[in-house]
Amino acid sequence: MLALVSPALLVILALIVLPVGWLAWQSIYHDGFTLVNYRRVFTEDIYWRSFALTFEISLAVTLIALLLGYPVAYLANTLPKGWSILILSLVVLPFWTSVLVRAYAWLVLLQRSGVINQFLRYLELISEPLALVHNTFGTVVATVHILLPFMVLPLYATMQKIPNDLMQAGASLGASPSLTFVRVFLPLSLPGVLAGCTMVFVLCLGFYITPELLGGGRTVMVSMLVSRNVELYNQFGAASAVAVVLLLSVLAIFFVVSRFISLDRVLGQK
Amino acid sequence: MNTIRNSGLGCTLLGAIALSGTAAYAAEQITFVSQGGAYQQAQTVAILDPSAKKLGITINQDSIPDAWPAIKTQVSSGKPIWDVVDTPTGYCLRGGEQGLIEKLDFSKIPNAAAMPEAYRSPYSVSYEFYSSVLAYSQKTFPKDAPNSWADFWDVKKFPGRRALRNHPIATLEAALMADGVAPDKLYPLDVDRAFKKLDEIKPHITVWWTSGAQSAQLLNDGEVDMEMAWNGRVSAVAKEGAKVAFTYNQGILQSTSLCILKGAPNLATAVKFLNEAVDPVHQANLPLHIDYGPGNPNAFETGVIKPERAAQLPSEPANAAKQALMSYAWWSSPAGEAAEKRWASFMQK
Repeated sequence: MLALVSPALLVILALIVLPVGWLAWQSIYHDGFTLVNYRRVFTEDIYWRSFALTFEISLAVTLIALLLGYPVAYLANTLPKGWSILILSLVVLPFWTSVLVRAYAWLVLLQRSGVINQFLRYLELISEPLALVHNTFGTVVATVHILLPFMVLPLYATMQKIPNDLMQAGASLGASPSLTFVRVFLPLSLPGVLAGCTMVFVLCLGFYITPELLGGGRTVMVSMLVSRNVELYNQFGAASAVAVVLLLSVLAIFFVVSRFISLDRVLGQK
Repeated sequence: MNTIRNSGLGCTLLGAIALSGTAAYAAEQITFVSQGGAYQQAQTVAILDPSAKKLGITINQDSIPDAWPAIKTQVSSGKPIWDVVDTPTGYCLRGGEQGLIEKLDFSKIPNAAAMPEAYRSPYSVSYEFYSSVLAYSQKTFPKDAPNSWADFWDVKKFPGRRALRNHPIATLEAALMADGVAPDKLYPLDVDRAFKKLDEIKPHITVWWTSGAQSAQLLNDGEVDMEMAWNGRVSAVAKEGAKVAFTYNQGILQSTSLCILKGAPNLATAVKFLNEAVDPVHQANLPLHIDYGPGNPNAFETGVIKPERAAQLPSEPANAAKQALMSYAWWSSPAGEAAEKRWASFMQK
């Protein structure tokens, strides 16, 4: 058994454990042991602001993705097979386009001279172009678009497993369709909700290109802080400390979630 | 400082072809790293290919928009794979102080020794000049266009949307000039005064751009009416038909330099190449292919650059006289580094 898995273990060791260990080491060692990088992360304003903003954006993105994704997953689950395949393909299709391209596409749509502003002006609904991009709004819109499949797919997988008999039983006992949904379907789909939300939230925490391109320079998420620390300030230690704190937050989230549902579910294996 | 020009996959490919196509057993070779895109293509034609031919060496190319983190990792790993890097001058200086860059022996680099002292440092030689200029839309300002940083700051007289680079270098200089400091009296920068002046304009800045491509696109798409941008970026979109223009007045003249990684695998050849790369004739060829000025001012005396072409270039003496020459020495001093760090909190407030 060990002989069989050891190549895999070696790959994990070389590609994950060593780099992460090196990262952690770099954050505490610079000409001797030091906690200065961590002290900075926890005391300096700009780090706090970035972490707060990142969590706010991730929360907003998760909620919007849930509101948009749930009905889609529900439809894909209830409609006849042909339709559900179509819906799921449309959800998954953007996966094959790079995040960078999609971010630029949103720029084309949202900017002042963009499609949306031009259309609104054509309809004479607005006289001045709206500021839809180069701010947090634009960042959230594009991030939701990119992360939506990570919400829809776990939801759909969970809904697929809810036996139809239960719904019929509910109906036969005299409950209206909306009551069966609220009392039977919705609670049974909650593990999918939790799984989808965890995926989207955690992925959003590490977003980089989208806020960089669509945030107008003011939307400084944590990953951008990491890159600036390296590129502008040459502080590899500080960058590593930020990365370690972000990594630990993600692990903490997974730990909390794992108390409620199996992690396999979140990671989409079941 | 990143992406002065598009990071170029094309050039990485060029580099790869050069790597595989050359005799692996060529007597002398170096690996040269630049920033890719149209810029690296231009220097390949103007400088790299002729230098390789003349010296009988092979120049392998690589490209990266921001070489600094890679230099640091390569040298601290003890086995750098690059030899010569074309990078913003400040990194050569800072790298020199941190032991990442070789100190140059100018007796072996006569072409550089003949250049003005302000154009070189113990670790580097100016390779090309570009300028951070005030660029504007000619649609918004068909006449009476903004012509100084004071105009840029004057939101009443010049209403419109504005962009600045999300970086303190050149931005603090512009702020001080807007506040009335003469271009030749900027250094040492009065950092407090600069940030105070920036606070004034901050509410009117729509975008703080991070890449040259982004700055060009902002102006091209009419997303902003005026901005600080690199001259080559503006002239590139102007050539494609965008109604945009810029002024060299109060521009901030900046350079990238050549420097050699500490412990470079082909040190001796790298030094030879460095001398050849700043040869006035090769240097004079560069602006024939791209809108950046030669790092070696002697290029203007070779007769290769026609006067009307010279007039468009940032480092042409008359244009240079209207501008402030960036002091990389100040920016890599403790005060400069402190100003850089202050930028992050300025942006987030």
